[in-house]
Amino acid sequence: MRALISIQVEDFNLGHEYERLEGNKSSGAIVTFTGTVRDMNLGDEVGGLFLEHYPGMTEKALQEIIDEAMERWELQVVRVIHRIGQMHPGDRIVFVGVVSAHRKEAFAACEFIMDYLKTRAPFWKKETTPEGDRWVDERESDQEAADRWL
Amino acid sequence: MIKVLFFASFREQLNCEQLSLEEGEYSTLLSELKSQLAEKGEAWREVMMSDRTLVAINQNMTRKDVTLNSGDEVAFFPPVTGG
Repeated sequence: MRALISIQVEDFNLGHEYERLEGNKSSGAIVTFTGTVRDMNLGDEVGGLFLEHYPGMTEKALQEIIDEAMERWELQVVRVIHRIGQMHPGDRIVFVGVVSAHRKEAFAACEFIMDYLKTRAPFWKKETTPEGDRWVDERESDQEAADRWL
Repeated sequence: MIKVLFFASFREQLNCEQLSLEEGEYSTLLSELKSQLAEKGEAWREVMMSDRTLVAINQNMTRKDVTLNSGDEVAFFPPVTGG
């Protein structure tokens, strides 16, 4: 089982990332998720997004999330990329790729990793709107999504 | 010595990114450290007393009260919003 984690300012290439997940003959399923920056939030136009994180703890938290996913499902490769710094609407912000022998495991693990990432990994978003900059508040629906796995 | 870190909105509210507290300058119980920091002013009180405030000791989130040891890194931050 391989866990590949990157926290980076640069964008990532989906084709390249997908190719990295291929090549294992015992794999039956590759599930990927890409999150992008929306141009609207809470009814306001979002012109940009700044992503802050806690260097050191972020990597550790993501590794723990992946370890927990591995305990629950039979996984061959997990790839997580999270971008930090300044981004704009339409930009890619997060990528999760999961390789498994079976489709159901790959789908479940990908969703689990995203749900836990959104509630346990130390990232914070600050939006630029016409009314000024504002830190994004946590969503109850994200917490509920994560609690489903308990 | 312990290192105390603040992230995101907390760092801005407190206008403080990091504190280094020497032996004798800090309470050795997390709950007491929070009370001690709350006395630094109104913004500090708000951050330290809020139910939303998350704490990580040596980069592991904790909801318990713990004893602090020299060399520990204590971080206070608001709920996370990545993804």
